[in-house]
Amino acid sequence: MQYNSFNTQPTFLQKLKNFDFVLLICILLLGLISIFSMYSIDGGEILFNSKSHISKFLIFFIMMIFMSFLNIKFWHYIAYLFYIVVLFFLVWASLYGIKASGSQRWINLYFINLQPSELMKIAIIVCLAKYYHRIQFNKVNSFQVMFVALIILILPIMLVITQPDLGTSILIALSGLVVIWLAGINVKYFIYSFIVLIISMPFAITFLQPYQKLRILTFLNPDRDPLGAGYQIIQSKIAVGSGGLSGKGFLKGTQSYLEFLPEKHTDFIFTLFAEEHGFLGSLVLLLIYIIIIYRVLKIGAISRSYFAKLFCYGYGSAIFFYVTINMSMVLGLLPIVGSPLPIMSYGGSSMLATMIGFAIVMSAKINHKQLIA
Amino acid sequence: MLGENFGVKKIQTINRRMFIIGVAKFIVFTGIIARLFSLQITENKKYLTLSDKNRLREWRLPPIRGEFLDYFENIIAGNLKVYQLHVIPEEVEDFKYLMTRLKEILSISNNNFKKIVKQKNSQKRWETIIISKNLSWEQFTKVNYFLHDLVGAKPVLSVSRNYPFNENYTHVLGYVSEASQNDILNNKIIKSKHVPGLKVGKTGLEKTFENELIGTNGIERYEVNAYGKRINQLDHTNGLNGKTIQLTIDTEIQKFCNELLKDMAGSISVMDIYTGEIVAMQSSPSFDPNLFLFGINQDDWQLIINNPLKPLVNKTLSGLYSPGSTFKPMVALSALENGIVDENFKVNCTGKIEMHGQTYHCWKKRGHGIVDLKSAMKQSCDTYFYEIARKLGVDRLKETSTKFGLGKKVLNETFSNEKKGLVPDTKWKKNNLGKGWFIGETLITGIGQGYTQTTPLQLCLMTAQLANGGFKIYPKIIVEEDSENFEDIKYLMNQNQNIKNDGLEEARELLSFKNKKKYERLFENPKNIELVREAMFASTNEVRGTSYSSRIEDLKYQFAGKTGTSQVKRITEADRELDLKTFEIPYNERDHALYVAFGPYKNPRYALSIVIEHGGSGSSTAAPIAKKLFKLIIDRHGAREQARAKKTIKI
Repeated sequence: MQYNSFNTQPTFLQKLKNFDFVLLICILLLGLISIFSMYSIDGGEILFNSKSHISKFLIFFIMMIFMSFLNIKFWHYIAYLFYIVVLFFLVWASLYGIKASGSQRWINLYFINLQPSELMKIAIIVCLAKYYHRIQFNKVNSFQVMFVALIILILPIMLVITQPDLGTSILIALSGLVVIWLAGINVKYFIYSFIVLIISMPFAITFLQPYQKLRILTFLNPDRDPLGAGYQIIQSKIAVGSGGLSGKGFLKGTQSYLEFLPEKHTDFIFTLFAEEHGFLGSLVLLLIYIIIIYRVLKIGAISRSYFAKLFCYGYGSAIFFYVTINMSMVLGLLPIVGSPLPIMSYGGSSMLATMIGFAIVMSAKINHKQLIA
Repeated sequence: MLGENFGVKKIQTINRRMFIIGVAKFIVFTGIIARLFSLQITENKKYLTLSDKNRLREWRLPPIRGEFLDYFENIIAGNLKVYQLHVIPEEVEDFKYLMTRLKEILSISNNNFKKIVKQKNSQKRWETIIISKNLSWEQFTKVNYFLHDLVGAKPVLSVSRNYPFNENYTHVLGYVSEASQNDILNNKIIKSKHVPGLKVGKTGLEKTFENELIGTNGIERYEVNAYGKRINQLDHTNGLNGKTIQLTIDTEIQKFCNELLKDMAGSISVMDIYTGEIVAMQSSPSFDPNLFLFGINQDDWQLIINNPLKPLVNKTLSGLYSPGSTFKPMVALSALENGIVDENFKVNCTGKIEMHGQTYHCWKKRGHGIVDLKSAMKQSCDTYFYEIARKLGVDRLKETSTKFGLGKKVLNETFSNEKKGLVPDTKWKKNNLGKGWFIGETLITGIGQGYTQTTPLQLCLMTAQLANGGFKIYPKIIVEEDSENFEDIKYLMNQNQNIKNDGLEEARELLSFKNKKKYERLFENPKNIELVREAMFASTNEVRGTSYSSRIEDLKYQFAGKTGTSQVKRITEADRELDLKTFEIPYNERDHALYVAFGPYKNPRYALSIVIEHGGSGSSTAAPIAKKLFKLIIDRHGAREQARAKKTIKI
């Protein structure tokens, strides 16, 4: 236990031993499930979706393993840089981004079309974790400190919301807010801002895009326009509901196979899964996510450095938001806002961001005794 | 150590707050699981039904229409296999190329080509376009030959109505064509069985018996995707064919009637005088109903509607004519029955009579001299009938004519276009024209002119009921399974010979023979019927009879008849002076030529009526047709009897 002494670098083997294998296995399991789901989406063949998803998962998973060996100090060191680079990407996206289905979210990096807003979901946590790492506890509630934190939070949200991408900006906001909350901001500020939010809601709605307003109306009453805006919610509920206890069976989800499900490879992947594998399958999937979240939080709990702790708690909560918002959405509990299910949903940027997050968590685990000055 | 202290506090805060979030997470996850449970377990049935409703679709196949047979079980309206060419745009790689190739191969007209392109743009990509509803065999083989080059074109075998005897049965059967919006709205059965392209009866028996003929749909169940495209066939149920309907008509005679009426406007009806079976019923000119099957083209349609001889009118049933002299047997019978005249009553015909300052002419300018009933009928002397009509009065005449079937529909509701005609009396005139009856009107009614209007089929029925000895018969065109045969009918008639039709009889009928047809007698004295029949015989077979030149001396074929020439236009004094020949008069002003007859005279079995519109005189135009026709009718009798016997055994 030589390396346990402060600031002693563990050897490679020790690092490997310190890996959180439960977390690793859960991620692999999720990856496997997602690959089978993509295979089902391709109609029982390995076509575009599955091929692309398999390669993305493998590349980013391996990347995560390698990145896990980086010291947590490194992440602390580059936190601001990471945030600024992603912010720069966001600005770039809003200026020169690729437009698709009404929004400008992607930038062309020639080897990959990157969606910087997905990366921002991680960057905001890293950045705020570093920010609060240094702040003295008695200064957390000072105006100056709060102001800077808010700037850090609001800048990317504004950029993402104007793309427009309501779902991702909500997730960025939630991820940031949870870090700020954990850092110890007085509860009254949350209450105040919540009141302000409620009051400003009617005004905010006027700034929403017409399709976003439609989604909210549709959420409130999906039968309002069953073939138009309500179609997704209705079909998704039918798919999930018709799955029953044990599902229609792998590759037998009629709702998805016969194309009644929209966006089944991205936001609605859980619907497909729930239709084919039923209530029991959904519980298993949910359990895997719960274990992942639990492991991430646990790593936060054992981390000695405040940065690592804050990041793990923040990221664990962020995963919770991703999962619950996505599921609530496809189960008709929330309006449809674009939000992918981590690892399960098709999409490179989301996969990349999620894996970076896990890499930092893993690094925190390996170096959980590490203190950062 | 202040910082240290804060550091601890910082860690405590973050852990505490994380715990709060943890609790919140637990609650939210519980909520999601509860939602999953409610959707997937509690409401599973509901969503499973919805999901099946999404994915399963039933397709109704067009039902196969029942056939029409003639008396000898030849198919007169059948179903033909037709070759069609279908294209589903979704399966076509290059629609433009395919269409230009097809245009070449099938020589599609520019108009149709445009229609197809328009249809393609207006419907979904997986919906079928029928390029050709009816490919000829050559086109079909040609398409098959080039099929490798026509990716997406599908030659398909389909079923279509077919009328093998073309124009011969048009007015009897009517025709089918694609169901219109009205057809669907007005008939629940069509509505429930409708599929795109379904053909339904538009006129004639095809329309009357639509509900029996239509059959039931086959059903194919498919799994479909969200866009309605068929993915898998799940099952297939065959439909039932529609009912086969047999007519009493003899195609040979029907065809011959059509030939006889060639290039003329007119009609022929032939009836069995005992069974009431209609042996032939043709209206001319006719048209080919097959033209309507796939939508009639504009040129053909123009030819039909612009034809001055009016092919669309079914003249046997909806043509209304003054019966002219063919009405004289009715007048004579009525006068005899009412005791106005007897066979020896004589009138001196001088060529005209005067009454109330009005002159009523006989057709023969110089007059017939002294005539009795027989010679008056034979020569069709108008003066004689003016006189007995005057004595008889129009009301009593109406009573007799109505008994014999004038003024009533012959086939009840079998044909929607059958007309009732009109037998006038004083009451009718008062009610409808608001004026009193003039005696002069009685005179012209007595020679079948004036208000009287009859259909050719009514005249045929009238003649048939005279021919069978004056008994009521029940005309029909459909073979019924439980109908009495000829012998039974004759027996019933003989029984009725002596039973006077009083009120008691009708009560008895109500009690015991509710469903049995009664072939009741229509006369008071059988001798009167005999007299009229003899007079009609004289008219055809004795010298100076109006149709003497059309007689057949062979007893086997010998028939008795009565000519009629009905005016379409009042003859003025000037016309009378001119005395023009038929061909010198404009077509529309020429007289209608009529002839009614029955035969063979010794033992009659068939009655017929012939009406030739604007044909001139009955003796010159209509009667010669009867001569030709009777030969065939009698020659076919044996075959008809055989067919009847076969049917009886079958039943």
